[in-house]
Amino acid sequence: MTGLTGTADVLIAGAGIVGAACAWELAKAHLRVAVVDQSFPASGATGAAMGHIVVMDDSEAQFALTRYSQTLWDELRDDLPANVEFDRCGTIWVATDEAELAEVRRKSAYYCERAVPTEILDSAALQNAEPSLLAPLAGGLLVPGDSVVYPAAAAAYFLERAAALGAKLHLGKRITKLGQGTTRLEDGTTLEAGKLINASGQLAAKLTPGIQVKPRKGHLVITDRYPGTVHHQLVELGYLKSAHSVATDSVAFNVQPRKTSQLLIGSSRQYGVEHDKVEPVILSRMLQRAFEYIPKLRALSAIRVWTGFRPATPDKLPLIGPCLEDPTLYLATGHEGLGITTSLATAKLMAAQILNSAPKIPMEPYLPSRQMVADVHA
Amino acid sequence: MPENVTVYVNDLPVTVPTGATVAVAVMLSSNVCRTSVSGEPRAPLCAMGACFECRVEINEVRHLRSCQVACEPQMKIKVGR
Amino acid sequence: MQQTFEIVVIGGGPAGIAAAVAASQSSKRVAVLDDNPRVGGQIWRGGPGLAQPKAAARWFYQLETANVRVFNGARVIHADASARTLQAETTREIFPIGYQNLILATGARELFLPFPGWTLPNVMGAGGFQALVKSGLPIAGKRVVVAGTGPLLLAVAAYLCDHGANVARICEQASSSSLAAFALRMLAFPGKLREALSLRYKSRFAKYATQSWPVSAHGKISLESITISESGRLREIPCDYLACAFHLIPNTELPRMLGCHLNQEAFVETDELQQTLHQGIYCAGEPTGIGGVELSTIEGRIAGHAAANDKRAAAKLFPARARYRKLAAAMKQAFRLRPELATLAKPDTFLCRCEDVTLHQVRQHNSWKSAKLHTRCGMGPCQGRICGAAANFLFGWNIESARPPVFPARCESLAAISSLTSSLTTETEPPQFHGGFQ
Repeated sequence: MTGLTGTADVLIAGAGIVGAACAWELAKAHLRVAVVDQSFPASGATGAAMGHIVVMDDSEAQFALTRYSQTLWDELRDDLPANVEFDRCGTIWVATDEAELAEVRRKSAYYCERAVPTEILDSAALQNAEPSLLAPLAGGLLVPGDSVVYPAAAAAYFLERAAALGAKLHLGKRITKLGQGTTRLEDGTTLEAGKLINASGQLAAKLTPGIQVKPRKGHLVITDRYPGTVHHQLVELGYLKSAHSVATDSVAFNVQPRKTSQLLIGSSRQYGVEHDKVEPVILSRMLQRAFEYIPKLRALSAIRVWTGFRPATPDKLPLIGPCLEDPTLYLATGHEGLGITTSLATAKLMAAQILNSAPKIPMEPYLPSRQMVADVHA
Repeated sequence: MPENVTVYVNDLPVTVPTGATVAVAVMLSSNVCRTSVSGEPRAPLCAMGACFECRVEINEVRHLRSCQVACEPQMKIKVGR
Repeated sequence: MQQTFEIVVIGGGPAGIAAAVAASQSSKRVAVLDDNPRVGGQIWRGGPGLAQPKAAARWFYQLETANVRVFNGARVIHADASARTLQAETTREIFPIGYQNLILATGARELFLPFPGWTLPNVMGAGGFQALVKSGLPIAGKRVVVAGTGPLLLAVAAYLCDHGANVARICEQASSSSLAAFALRMLAFPGKLREALSLRYKSRFAKYATQSWPVSAHGKISLESITISESGRLREIPCDYLACAFHLIPNTELPRMLGCHLNQEAFVETDELQQTLHQGIYCAGEPTGIGGVELSTIEGRIAGHAAANDKRAAAKLFPARARYRKLAAAMKQAFRLRPELATLAKPDTFLCRCEDVTLHQVRQHNSWKSAKLHTRCGMGPCQGRICGAAANFLFGWNIESARPPVFPARCESLAAISSLTSSLTTETEPPQFHGGFQ
C-alpha cells in the first residue's frame, strides 16, 4: 500500500464503537491496524450509551448517514453474537397532541419518499402497541426497522474481528500526543503509523486541539426485569416544538426495552458539566418526564443510574475525514448521541477516504474541513 | 396478637409464626424464590437484604426481598419467576 | 414534608442502638433508620420480640425507653452531605430526613466465596441461615453443615443445635495453630472465652474440623450433600443445609456515597471520636473494622456521645474500645483467609448470581469496571455486593465509587431525591430528541 508506512498502516486512537468499527473495516482491507485506548474497550460514551439503531431526519446528511449505517447493521445482524443483544424492536415516536400528529404525518411522508417503512398509529393503535403508555395519547409513528443493541458488546465484537485479521490492541495506554504519523504514549513509547485516526469521542479535542467537539452529559436509569412492559423503543415527538437549543439543559422521554426485559429510561443532555456525578435535579426531571408518558414506571425498581458524555459538534453532524493541517491525521468523532447507529457507516466512509475508493454516500457533509470554513465566516 | 399468620405462596396457603419473614414462608412451601437468568432455581443466600437472591412478588409488587418483609395475613406471594 | 433530627443514626444493630441511646441522653432529637422489619441488626435479628442474649435485651429496653424515633423497614437510597439530608424508602412511601449530625452504623454482611454448587437452594450464609431460623424456619432433625471461618461459626452451630438441628460438621478454614494462638489471646477476655466454651459445649455433638472448607455442593433441585476438604482429604457429607460464610465485610456503600474516606483495608476512617473526615458524620461498628458486638456497642456509644457534643462521656469509653480492638486484631490474624479459597470456583462456576456470569467470563478482564461492562457481572440488583466482594478476594480488584441509589429503589423514589438538594434548579426547556444515550 503506497503512502502507508511505519509499524502500522493505520493507528486508531480510541476503542469505542467508532474506533472499533474503523479497525475492523480497515483490517478487512488488509491494512495493518493498531488500536490504542487509555482504558478498556467501550469505556467511554459507548459503554454508557443506550444502543438505539435509529434512522433520523434532522437533516438530509443525518438521514443519509443513519439510514446507510442501519442497513449495514441489518446486514451484520445474523453474524452478531448473542451478547450484542440485537433486537429489531422498532421505534415509536409518540405524539401527544394534534400538532405532534401533524409532525407524525410529515415524518412518515419524509421516510416514505426515501423508502423507509413506517406505520402511522392512531390513538387506539398506539394503545394496542404499547398498553403501558398513558391513555389516550394522540398517536404515533412506528418505524419498524429500528433496532437496539448492547453497545459495549458490539464494540468488543468489532475489535475481536479486527484482531482476528491481525489488528493490534494497546489497551490501558494513554496517548499524550497524536499527529504527524506519530503517537506518543504516557509511558514514553512511540508508535509510528502512516495514518492516524482520532476516534476518541468527547476527548478528541484534547488530542487534536482546535476541533469543535464538546462533551454533552447524559443520565440513564436501568430497571430490574419486567417482561412485557414496553415493546418498542419509545421516544417523544415533543422535541420538535422547540428549536434545537444547545445552550440549556434538557430532558426528554425515551424508554428502551432491553432483551434482558429491563427498561432503560432516558434522557438528559447538558453542556458545560465536566463531572460525571449523578445530578439529582436532572435525574428527577428526566424521570418525571418519563412518568408523564408511562405512569407505571413510578413503581418499578431502578437498580442503577449512570452518566456519560456524548461528543457533540455545533452542527450535529460527526467529523469524518482528514484533518487539513496534518496529512497523516483523520478524525472520526463528534457523533453525539448517534455514535452506535452511525459507527458502521463511519468506518465505511473512513476506509473509502484512506483507500481512495468511492463511498456509498456523499461524504462532504461530514468532512472536518467544514468546521474550518465555518470559522472563516464566523 | 395471634400466634400464626397464613399467607399464600403461588396460591397455596402456608402458615408461619407471627413475625416470620416471607423468605421463611417460601422455604416452607416451594423452597424456590426465583428462577435465575439462566434458568436455575434460587433461594435465600444472605437472608440479610444484601444478595437479592430471595426476590419474590408480594401483593403484585415484583422484585421484593422476601427476607426483609414480615408476613402479613392473606399476603399473596408469587415465586419461581 | 421533611422531618429533621439533630442526630440521625443509620442502622439499628448493636452500634446503631448504642449510638442512639447514648445520643438521646443529651435530650437531643434522635432518629434511627433501619432497613429491616425490626431493630437488632443481624446479630440480634428479630428484635425484642424474640429470645435474645441478655445484653441485647438491655439495649432494646434502653432504646424503647429513650426518646428515639425508630423508622423500621426504611432503607436509605440517597444521601447528600452538603444538604445534610437523606432519602429513605419503605415499601409504602418515600421520605426525606434532615440531620445535623449523622452516625453511620451500617454494619457488615457475610463474605461469600464461589465454589461449584454454591447457587443451589439451601446453601446459605452462616449468619443468614441463623437469621432465617430466628425468623421462624423450623430445623428440628435437619442435617446441617456449618462452614467458613470466624467465631460466628460456633455461635451459629450452637444456636442450631439448641433448636434441634443435627449439625454434622463445623468446618473452619483456619488451622488449629492459628486457633490456638487466638485462644491464648482470649485469656485476656475471660468473658469471651467462657462464651466460646459454652457455645462449644452446646454444639459438642458436632465435629469441629480445622483446616477444612467446602469444595463443592451437590443436589438436583436443592442441596443434598457437600464435599469438604478436611486437612487435605476430600469427604462427602449428606446434608439438608449448608450454612457457610467467610467472615464479614463492612457495608460501606452509604459512607462512600457520602464521601467518607476509606483506609487501605477498605474500612471507614475515623478519629478517636468516631468522626469521619467529614465533620458531623460519624461511623461506628463493623464499617470501621470487624470487631464484633462488644466493640460495636462501645464505638456506637462513643459516636452517640460525640455527636451530642458530650466529649467527656465519649472519652471515658476509649480504654474499653482499645481493649476490644486488640481482640479484633487477634481475630483478624487468626481467621485470615487462606489462598486456596480463591481456587474453589471452576471456570463454569457462576461468580455473579444476579446475572449468572461465570468465573471464566469475568477472568478475561483485568478490572472490575471492564468485567462489569462486558460481562454484566455486578450489574444486577445486588449492585455487586456479593460478586464484587468475591472478585475483590479472587482478583484483588478495587470496588468502585458508590452512586445513588445505594439500594435498588422505586423510580418514584429516585425522582424524589432532587427535593433534598439545595443546588440550583435548572431552567425548564422543552425537550428534544437526544440520540444515543437518549
